[in-house]
Amino acid sequence: MALDPGLVGRSYPPSVVYEVGREKIAEFATALGDPDPAYRDPAAARALGHPDVIAPPTFAIVLSLGAGNVVVGDPDVGIDYSRVVHGEQRFTHHRPVRAGDRLVATATIDAVRSVAGNDMLTTRVDLATEDGEPVCTTRSMLVVRGAA
Amino acid sequence: MSRLRAADVVVGTELPEQVSRVTRADLVRYAGASGDFNVIHWSDRVAGEVGLPGVIAHGMLTAGLAARAVTGWAGDPGAVVDYHVRFSRPVVVPDDDAGAEVAVRGRVAALLDDGRVRVDLTVTSGGDKVLSLARAVVALA
Repeated sequence: MALDPGLVGRSYPPSVVYEVGREKIAEFATALGDPDPAYRDPAAARALGHPDVIAPPTFAIVLSLGAGNVVVGDPDVGIDYSRVVHGEQRFTHHRPVRAGDRLVATATIDAVRSVAGNDMLTTRVDLATEDGEPVCTTRSMLVVRGAA
Repeated sequence: MSRLRAADVVVGTELPEQVSRVTRADLVRYAGASGDFNVIHWSDRVAGEVGLPGVIAHGMLTAGLAARAVTGWAGDPGAVVDYHVRFSRPVVVPDDDAGAEVAVRGRVAALLDDGRVRVDLTVTSGGDKVLSLARAVVALA
């Protein structure tokens, strides 16, 4: 079933505040096998000009996944998650995510289209501090494979 | 570590090649760290039921490994201001100690304004391209 083009532009309420912890950043970096001290040692991060340890460029997926689930779970969107694969992902960093950030995620449906029986759903998630400072914009394109 | 200088790169500058191995244990660790517990990343049964050739790596794990090649080269992970990937082929991770290999090569494709450069990445597993488009914009000193 094709997605409704009328969904484009639909925005969802902001998430609860997510506080970025040093340990979570270190855990994520370890999962990528990345020993970079900027992810673990505040002094090393400060030497690069950051106020605290920063997160890897793809860390924002932790927040955008949660915000994106609100879209996937919207009954008006109505997609079968077992048929979903990740098509594309983009991160635009206004500044690095860093330990101590208190972030709020707001999801918006940017585009829907159907190609060869597959539905494509592009969701934008804007991450900002609770004070409204933009931190990162993520765009996720999910492909909902048509039933064979 | 310090941030690489824009003056030190030209179009065509190659990044050091990075080869990683991804095992099932790495998938479990990434699932926990990312919060992506999709069953296709740990169950052969479910992966087979949905028509996959086996348990596959999280696309964002592959993308994260590819980004590592860029951050390590740039000298500051905070230098990556834009990162875009397109997932073209899954990385199948066998249930053995060797796992799957992910190789990342990159080259400076364009010099932009304000010391920013665009790096285009070639990411392969077993000789197959697993990301069909992988690009980072990096703000150098």
